[in-house]
Amino acid sequence: MENLLNLFIKSIFVDNMIFAFFLGMCSFLAVSKTVKTSVGLGVAVVFVLLITIPVNFLVEHYVLKKGALAWLGEGFADVDLSFLSFMVFIAVIAAIVQLVEMVIEKYSPSLYNSLGIFLPLIAVNCAILGAALFMQEREYQTLAEATVFGVGSGIGWMFAIVCLAAIREKLKYSNIPPALRGLGITFILTGLMAIAFMGFMGIKL
Amino acid sequence: MSTQEKEPMFSAKNLKLLTGPVGMNNPITVQVLGICSALAVTVKMKPAIVMALSVTIVVAVSNVVISALRQYIPDRIRIIVQLVVIATMVILVDQFLKAYAFDVSRQLSVFVGLIITNCILMGRLEAFAMANKPWPSFIDGLGNGAGYGLILVIVAFLRELLGSGSVFGYPLMQKLGIYTTGYENNGMMILPPMALIIVGCIIWYQRSKNPSLIENK
Repeated sequence: MENLLNLFIKSIFVDNMIFAFFLGMCSFLAVSKTVKTSVGLGVAVVFVLLITIPVNFLVEHYVLKKGALAWLGEGFADVDLSFLSFMVFIAVIAAIVQLVEMVIEKYSPSLYNSLGIFLPLIAVNCAILGAALFMQEREYQTLAEATVFGVGSGIGWMFAIVCLAAIREKLKYSNIPPALRGLGITFILTGLMAIAFMGFMGIKL
Repeated sequence: MSTQEKEPMFSAKNLKLLTGPVGMNNPITVQVLGICSALAVTVKMKPAIVMALSVTIVVAVSNVVISALRQYIPDRIRIIVQLVVIATMVILVDQFLKAYAFDVSRQLSVFVGLIITNCILMGRLEAFAMANKPWPSFIDGLGNGAGYGLILVIVAFLRELLGSGSVFGYPLMQKLGIYTTGYENNGMMILPPMALIIVGCIIWYQRSKNPSLIENK
């Protein structure tokens, strides 16, 4: 239990998707103009990570990993399909995003209206595939660990985009050199926020 | 159509496709595509160049494949088709790197896989290859790969020179004898945040040279 809590805190602050690995930067920069839309996108990312990471974990453990197909019979015990992982992960993510979209549309039209436009975008958000690949690379042992890692990374990502959006809203009223307006200052701001987040690096969990 | 077929292979229009993305229409600083992977692999020159080459190859080849198939891809499932083509190319590049450049492949870790979700790929396939012939698409891919690579190399050069005092692993600062004058490496440059700030400064420089790129308030 303690282990899981550590992993949760660690994936929100220390291994923050944006500030430590720059994952999901494209939508991070494009959608962070107002707090309201960035909260919408953030919730959608957390939601999709919550579902895709455990599913990809199961796929990894029962289909792709070396020896994972042993449950099919003796002859499959040393089959190694891990070279297929990119394609399988991205297919799982795209399929789940599509499914989630349909389920939300059916059962919660109000949530669909607020998340609607962001959901299809998420299939190609690097943070989702990145989390799946980190899950594979760091070899999490249990389903619980993988799920906690997925949710933690999602919350960290949401936290970052909401902070940036809040700063950018204030930035509208400040006097920035013309050539730095828009994209340039956003990059530098993100850099400064990342420096602040590095303060969490020293924490031993 | 007939006029296009007579067009020479390196006509002015095609050359523009190649040079545009390197300068005025750069994928990173102007189109804001493919930033995710650009920043994480620029601590040293070598992984940055390997990454730039991999992205260029994947963009160029998948542009050609999609452009050749563009008449046959149903509109509704085009995203999946594009993802499959890209993923196939990325798996090939990843296996190649693992076989012939294992050290670099270790350093790039998940970022080779993340070429799949690199926005440059989807962006160019959607915006260019779906509407153009294979040869211009190939050139467009090369141009965008080069524009991406240019920014990567500039950032990696600055970070490696100022952060580790070397270029391509060659200890330049030490050989020049700069350390004896009391110079120290700036450890900050190796850390992730500085990549963002350097890219911000490149954008600043480029926009002050080309006022047409400045955003309205």
